[in-house]
Amino acid sequence: MMPPIPANPAPVNPLRMDMIPMNYALIVAWVLFVIGVIGVLARRNLLFILMSVEIMLNASGLAFVVAGSRWGQPDGQIMFIFILAMAAAEVSVGLALVLLAYHRFGGLDADAANRMKG
Amino acid sequence: MMLPYLWLIPALPFAGFLVLSVLGRRMGNGPAAAVGVGSVGLSALVAILVASSFINAPPPAHVYTQTLWRWISVGGFAPGVMLYLDSLSLIMVLVVTVVGFLIHLYSAEFMAADDGYSRFFAYMNLFVGSMLVLVLAGNLLFLYLGWEGVGLCSYLLIGFWYREPENGAAAIKAFVVTRVGDTALAIGLFLIFINLGTLDIQRMMNLAALHWRPGGALPTIAAALLLGGAIGKSAQLPLQTWLPDAMAGPTPVSALIHAATMVTAGVYLIARTNVLFTMAPAVQIAVAVIGAATLLVSGMSALVQHDIKRVLAYSTISQIGYMFVALGVGAWSAAIFHFMTHAFFKALLFLGAGAVIAGLGGEHDIFRMGGLRRQMPLAFWCFLAGACSLSALPLVTAGFYSKGLILSSAWEAGRAGFWLWAAAIAGALLTSIYTFRLVFIVFFGEAKAKISKKPGPRAAIPLVILAFLSVAGGFVNFPAFFGIKGSMFFSRFLASALPSATYAAPLPETDLLLEAVAAIVSLAGIYVAYFFFLSSPEYSREMAGTAIGKVLKRFWFEDWGFDWLYEKTLAAPYRWLARTNRNDAVDLFYSFIAKVNMFFHYGLSLSQTGKVRFYAAVIALGAVVTITIAVFAR
Repeated sequence: MMPPIPANPAPVNPLRMDMIPMNYALIVAWVLFVIGVIGVLARRNLLFILMSVEIMLNASGLAFVVAGSRWGQPDGQIMFIFILAMAAAEVSVGLALVLLAYHRFGGLDADAANRMKG
Repeated sequence: MMLPYLWLIPALPFAGFLVLSVLGRRMGNGPAAAVGVGSVGLSALVAILVASSFINAPPPAHVYTQTLWRWISVGGFAPGVMLYLDSLSLIMVLVVTVVGFLIHLYSAEFMAADDGYSRFFAYMNLFVGSMLVLVLAGNLLFLYLGWEGVGLCSYLLIGFWYREPENGAAAIKAFVVTRVGDTALAIGLFLIFINLGTLDIQRMMNLAALHWRPGGALPTIAAALLLGGAIGKSAQLPLQTWLPDAMAGPTPVSALIHAATMVTAGVYLIARTNVLFTMAPAVQIAVAVIGAATLLVSGMSALVQHDIKRVLAYSTISQIGYMFVALGVGAWSAAIFHFMTHAFFKALLFLGAGAVIAGLGGEHDIFRMGGLRRQMPLAFWCFLAGACSLSALPLVTAGFYSKGLILSSAWEAGRAGFWLWAAAIAGALLTSIYTFRLVFIVFFGEAKAKISKKPGPRAAIPLVILAFLSVAGGFVNFPAFFGIKGSMFFSRFLASALPSATYAAPLPETDLLLEAVAAIVSLAGIYVAYFFFLSSPEYSREMAGTAIGKVLKRFWFEDWGFDWLYEKTLAAPYRWLARTNRNDAVDLFYSFIAKVNMFFHYGLSLSQTGKVRFYAAVIALGAVVTITIAVFAR
């Protein structure tokens, strides 16, 4: 049971130097996510696609952490732990698939696996 | 007490049908015949036991009902699977099971060489079961089930030898033509249910008598619709054309379905719903007029046929015409009496004809037969007994008593009575002429063909029993003028189920006179047949050779052009329409919708490239679009 989100966040001085402004952190997350998406779309090597997916996952994890710290709550970091666990599972399955695809198609080219049959 | 076992009577033939249709292919001929004949035989046995119990210890009000289960329950409509036994349905059940059993026994030998032996008995059992449902049904819906069941079996059995295309055509014709009547009957049932709220026959008639004005519009329409059904099933004018073609089926089928039982379903329906018809005098007189017209028309058609079975088919139509005349003048028990004797002698005639046909290796043309009297004495004597009964030979045959009762009832029927009587007596003359024409041509004269096969014991026993019944079956209803104790037993037995005749019986002296006239007419007809077809056939040839003779012969042979008329006015336009509309105009709209769908389908299937990166891009695009809409479209 998550505690209810406070309606009015605690006032934060945007000019404090010891804190990175939230917008910057979110921009970093966004940049990471776009890099990941482009990697998925542009790369043909399955390994790189997998890595790009990891980058996208981390981007969303970063966004959670930033949002958590913005509201001064630990939920964002808990969420990140979940994402880590999920990413680990995903990678293990993904790598197994990559291995199979390598044996089957004799390479790691994603576009080689474009047959609907078999 | 056997009455609670009533349900066994229809259940046994149905069980036989199930066994034969499931295991029939694996059975040999012997077991198949045992099941097929045995089930109907047991059913007949139960029927006889039930009848003796019914007569010795009559149930209250002479009615026994048995509700097996509720069929459906929708709103206020809850017809039960209900059997209704009174003296009328008892007579019907007895005739159907006993005659049915004899014909099954005969078929066991007649069909022995046929491939479809077990299929034949399966259909026959299904038929007997359906017919029993029809006559035992306590409500009109259940009756309609049996009604359609016998129609189905008729179709299956006419087309039994389905490898010949003509047989299939005859089967379809029978089905379609009777369908016209069935539709009228179904509409009649809807009308009755909407107006009276019940289909239970007895309740329906009570309510009708209570709420409807005699001679009003509703009873007239309802009775007319039921009459439409009866005309179709009983092959009366103008829907009689299917019956002669129905002779395409095996001969025992003709005997059982198209002579003895199914075609009389219409007679039974009218007798069963007699209150409705009494309340609609216009329709009732129409019944009599249709019957009188039919008996004359078919009698003349029967005179000139070449095919032994077609002669008998026309004579069946004509005899059912007599029953309609009796129903039309309100002589209910006379109609049922004639139904019973007709079942005996017509089954006998058909089975005798079957013996002749089988003996001559499938020959149907009577002019290629002849002199069979010496070669097949048993078939001859039995056929003669049936023929005498059909032409109402006085005193010694069943047909005389039943037809005499109809004639005298018609005589008394008000102003129309004389004309109905005149038509019926003219029909009686025709009947004995065409019947004995058949006898003289087939069994007398010089022998034209050798007999290859004589009826064996399984065929001979039914012939003899039916011959006995054809002669003695009329003694249950001696006319009153003989003054014998127990006269009119049959009519008095039926009095508990059917109202007494609408018109009073004629005085004994009048009755005696009428019977004498009928007797003279019957004998005269036989003499005419003897003169024209045996002693001096050159006269009949000469008569047929004149201009009028030729036209009449052609006209009668084609059954008064009914087939031609229906072909030109109904069948040909319909076929033209079907050919023109081969691509179905209405279908264009739906195929257009299908085409549009196909177009989009091809468009979308182009997007199925199999490239994972393409899919991922589309997913990303979709996500962006969705989020954009979710965020901005507030």
